[in-house]
Amino acid sequence: MVPLHWYLTLSAAVFMIGMFGFLTRRNIIIMFMSVELMLNAVNISLVSFSHYLQDMRGHILVFFVITVAAAEAAIGLAIIISLFRNKQTAHVDEMNEMKG
Amino acid sequence: MPIAMPNLIPVMPELVMTGVAIILLMAELVIKRKETLGFLSLISVGLISYLLLGSAGTTFGGMFVSDGYSTFFKLIFMANLVLTVLISPKYLQTMRINFGEYYALTLFATLGMMLMASAADIIVLYLGLELMALSTYVLAGFIRYDMKSNEAAIKYLLLGAFASAILLYGTSLIYGLTGTTNLRDIAVYITHNGLAKNPLLMVSMIFFAVAFSFKIAAVPFHMWAPDAYEGAPTPITAFMSVGPKAAGFAVLGRVFLVAFGSVKTDWSVILIPIAVLTMAIGNILALSQTNIKRMLAYSSIAHAGYMLLGIIAGTPAGISSVLNYMFIYAFMNIGAFAIVIMLRTEGFAGEDISDYEGLGKTHPTAAALMLVFMFSLTGIPPMAGFMGKFYLFMSAINAGYTWIVIVAVLFSAISAYFYLRIVMLMYMKEPKEVIQLNTSPGIGLALAVTVSAVILIGILPAKVLALAQQAVTSF
Amino acid sequence: MNSYALIPFLPLAAFVINILFGRKYLKENAHWVSILAVAGSWVLAVMALVDVLGGNTINFDLYTWMLSGGFKVSVGFLIDQLTVVMLIVVTTCSTLIHIYSVGYMHGDSGYYRFFAYLSLFTFSMLMLVMANNFLQLYFGWEGVGLCSYFLIGYYFNKKSASDAGKKAFIVNRFGDFGFGLGIFVVFLTFGTVYYEPVFSQAGGLAEATFNFLGYDVHLMTLIALLLFCGSVGKSAQIPLHVWLPDAMEGPTPVSALIHAATMVTAGVFLVARCSPIFSLSETALMVVALTGAITSLFAATIGLVQNDLKRIIAYSTVSQLGYMFLACGVGAYTAGIFHLYTHAFFKALLFLCAGSVMHAMGGELDIQKMGNLKKYMPVTYMTMLIASFSISGIPGLAGFFSKDEILWMAYAGESPVGKFVWAIGTLVAFLTAFYSFRLIFLTFHGKFRGTHDQEHHLHESPKSMTIPLMLLCVGAVAAGWVGIPALIGEKIGVHNYIAEFMKPVLGHPEGHGTHAEEMVVMLISIAVGLAGIGLAYFMYILRPELPARLAQQLSAVYRVLFNKYYVDELYSFIIVRPAIWIAKNVLIGITDARIIEAVVNGVPSAIAAFSSGLRKIQTGLMQHYATIMATGILIIVAIMLLR
Repeated sequence: MVPLHWYLTLSAAVFMIGMFGFLTRRNIIIMFMSVELMLNAVNISLVSFSHYLQDMRGHILVFFVITVAAAEAAIGLAIIISLFRNKQTAHVDEMNEMKG
Repeated sequence: MPIAMPNLIPVMPELVMTGVAIILLMAELVIKRKETLGFLSLISVGLISYLLLGSAGTTFGGMFVSDGYSTFFKLIFMANLVLTVLISPKYLQTMRINFGEYYALTLFATLGMMLMASAADIIVLYLGLELMALSTYVLAGFIRYDMKSNEAAIKYLLLGAFASAILLYGTSLIYGLTGTTNLRDIAVYITHNGLAKNPLLMVSMIFFAVAFSFKIAAVPFHMWAPDAYEGAPTPITAFMSVGPKAAGFAVLGRVFLVAFGSVKTDWSVILIPIAVLTMAIGNILALSQTNIKRMLAYSSIAHAGYMLLGIIAGTPAGISSVLNYMFIYAFMNIGAFAIVIMLRTEGFAGEDISDYEGLGKTHPTAAALMLVFMFSLTGIPPMAGFMGKFYLFMSAINAGYTWIVIVAVLFSAISAYFYLRIVMLMYMKEPKEVIQLNTSPGIGLALAVTVSAVILIGILPAKVLALAQQAVTSF
Repeated sequence: MNSYALIPFLPLAAFVINILFGRKYLKENAHWVSILAVAGSWVLAVMALVDVLGGNTINFDLYTWMLSGGFKVSVGFLIDQLTVVMLIVVTTCSTLIHIYSVGYMHGDSGYYRFFAYLSLFTFSMLMLVMANNFLQLYFGWEGVGLCSYFLIGYYFNKKSASDAGKKAFIVNRFGDFGFGLGIFVVFLTFGTVYYEPVFSQAGGLAEATFNFLGYDVHLMTLIALLLFCGSVGKSAQIPLHVWLPDAMEGPTPVSALIHAATMVTAGVFLVARCSPIFSLSETALMVVALTGAITSLFAATIGLVQNDLKRIIAYSTVSQLGYMFLACGVGAYTAGIFHLYTHAFFKALLFLCAGSVMHAMGGELDIQKMGNLKKYMPVTYMTMLIASFSISGIPGLAGFFSKDEILWMAYAGESPVGKFVWAIGTLVAFLTAFYSFRLIFLTFHGKFRGTHDQEHHLHESPKSMTIPLMLLCVGAVAAGWVGIPALIGEKIGVHNYIAEFMKPVLGHPEGHGTHAEEMVVMLISIAVGLAGIGLAYFMYILRPELPARLAQQLSAVYRVLFNKYYVDELYSFIIVRPAIWIAKNVLIGITDARIIEAVVNGVPSAIAAFSSGLRKIQTGLMQHYATIMATGILIIVAIMLLR
């Protein structure tokens, strides 16, 4: 059996990769995917904890997270589309009309 | 096997809210006059407020709790919703974004806040938070043709998603370590084991603090707020500056005082610098703003800093003064935004601070109302804002945090500069151009309610404070 | 809720209604709201009087504004013998003057505003006298001040009026600073600002001293003197008396109500209210007595030669206020309050008569340009004559009894300066009678000296003005009958009711003298009053050329008096002009040296510059935001795990 801390290490690694992607990439879609990566990292650890604890709550929360992530993606993409209509770009560097 | 029906009484207001929101979504298809939807949501608020008062109890296996604390916050959400709906229709028409989803979304966002206030379990908390956040993202980007609105929405959404990923990571850690997501069970575990020997638990607590700081726009997790507030439609700015902030404080209070109540010495080390930074950055940056919405955004950051003092104090007096302040803040802040909305006409933004020059001459009533709100935000007696601050600061002093209060008073003195600058511009300068006011009965009613609340609570603060104190006893 | 709470809140309601709806809806009917409200307060005040006469004193907290630990701020009312007398004075005068204003202010463009302020003033004054704690007293104190500035500057288009408002404001700052400090010391000493515990504990601290810069300061003296600072400002005593004569720029009903009958007497009320503290300090009492005596003499001498109708009465007010302080200073608080009460009637009456004269004369105030008005304005003449008799201390009238009480108490009391202030008081009584009748003779007798237009225009004032005059006249005659001294009272079978009534709050010192002495003191005061009237008659009716000759022969004295001892000029020379000079030369000089700029503008501009710099952090770029968030998390985690 794979020990718990392997999963946790994987989860932490994926989370850090997602965070790093979020901080470094300039394309909104990629930033979005990075966030999804972070959420999935959380899912890994939740599921593994759930299995380890023999408790269903982790699973339930995972389902909620997946649903919310889907909703978030839907809204996010909708906003990106209207952004793109106005500015023909998906680059965050060009979105600094408001600052200071 | 008989299926046991859960006790639905405590959750009845939320159920009704969900029903109304869905009905509004459907009714939107057939109703041409969108204001009717606003009217329907006002009626539903009346019904929900009534249900709220008889909703005490715990249900869903202890995941959802309706107590004095949650009820007080829900009343703030109701006030927030009512006032937002009142100030919206005319603005939506002016901006040509008069879509019916607007009202349904504000209801859904409020529903999310209500779930947050009642959450006794991290799962419910997370769901409520996301429901609120997702609805607010859409509302922030509601002016689809406007680049600023789009930008506000995408910034809010991406950073919000980032913050909720952090919240979730914290949740997964705490779930794994304690084996539960129920706040009271977590409290039991932490009381027994402490944090010191358990760095992962410490990290998860930090992640919670960060995620909630994001929601209440506390420094350094506030960066989204000025941009989102400036770009969003003004009624939604008003809505966001009160509702999500109040909900953030509701969960902050419950998680940190219930689940982490036994390790206050640890988390106050985190929250104290955050509070001080929040007051500092909020007040100092508000000084040099030229856009009134942005200035009010920084002001709302600063106010979150003051309110953190009550949480840091951690005493019943401290929490009740946070509730009290949040209640007062709802009225004075939305009142100020209502004036900002009135200045917006077709083709004229009216968002520059210099647009307020000479308002005292051209529109004395509006100027006088703005004066009341500015005085209240500054904390000048006898306005309600003064009483709110007074009790917050006293509770912090009584809990032994005198030096933070001194810092808070200093920054509050700085805040007088930018609030009273508006008053000065209104009364001391000559009007540059004739500004038309975009009034409507709704805004008039909202202003009447907010201004009387600000003055009445200022003169008779005991009632609200007693309610807040009562709310805290149940917690 | 106790219905007496309505006493101040009825006028407040009238103010709110008038200010909100006056301009658009009430307009010419604005007075109804105010008059009904104030009359309602009067009825309640009378009920309170009956209640207190029945032996009740009422002390209750209406509501608590804030409560935090031991610090409590509440609105509470104390209705005892002292309060009730003030209530009667304030509500009676206020009601009558509200009615009088209907005629006087008729047709004024700010009609509703005037009544709104008048009601607000009445509210503040009632809050002041009904307070049961020092903070509320202070609130009322500042409130009446505020209304007073508003009303002095009521004709704000007139420069002299708005200047006078500013002057009153600035001069009062000096007094109020001391007063505020006094309340602060009270709080530090007693840990509370409520009268009851403060006054009951004061006795125990009678000998308390504290060390300040090596001197032992007597605590009660310090508190009493600081509080007295407030009195000096509000009641226009030397050296802060300069604002009151200028305050006459306001409409005449305002002069009558605020600057004669009620607000300016708040200082006397304060001393009487704090008598438990003042009585513990002989020094403070002496200061009060001497300030009062000197002010009364000083103002009376100025009053001798002024020509402005309202200013003469204003100086007379300052002088009479000095009399009241003189009384308090010799420990005869009851006599002081008694004089306050009778003075309210005859002084309000004098002002309202002056207003009636102004009304007829088309705003003319120079008594040298009047004369023979009794022919045209019989009611005004009669009432003003009676008021002047009353202030001159003619036996049987209100002023006689209170003045006589003060003089006797000064003569026979225990105060070390008693005899001295008695002598001054007697002299002032003579001067008062003289200038009062100089005014009467010049205004109402002799030949008319104004223009033909004015003469043509002369008429008696409307009913709404003359009826209040007649009602106040009743007060000016009869108000003193409640305080008939034992010397006379024994013979006609009445008591000195007011002294007995006030005894529980203010005490009643016994004079150490025989009946014979008392008789002599009384006869002297009657004699000097009659002498003053006689001299005025001689100089202004029999030998009208005499005053001008006298003024020539004593031109130095005359000039000094006419120019009010050059006090305004003195202040201008030692305070105002140096301040302006410093502002102009030194400050600008320093500004050139960029010192002031660094201090005054520097702090805000440094913050503003810092602010603009800090704004650069908010780049508008999402990546930066996220990075700052992530850095924040890292720093917190590092600190928490490594600590």
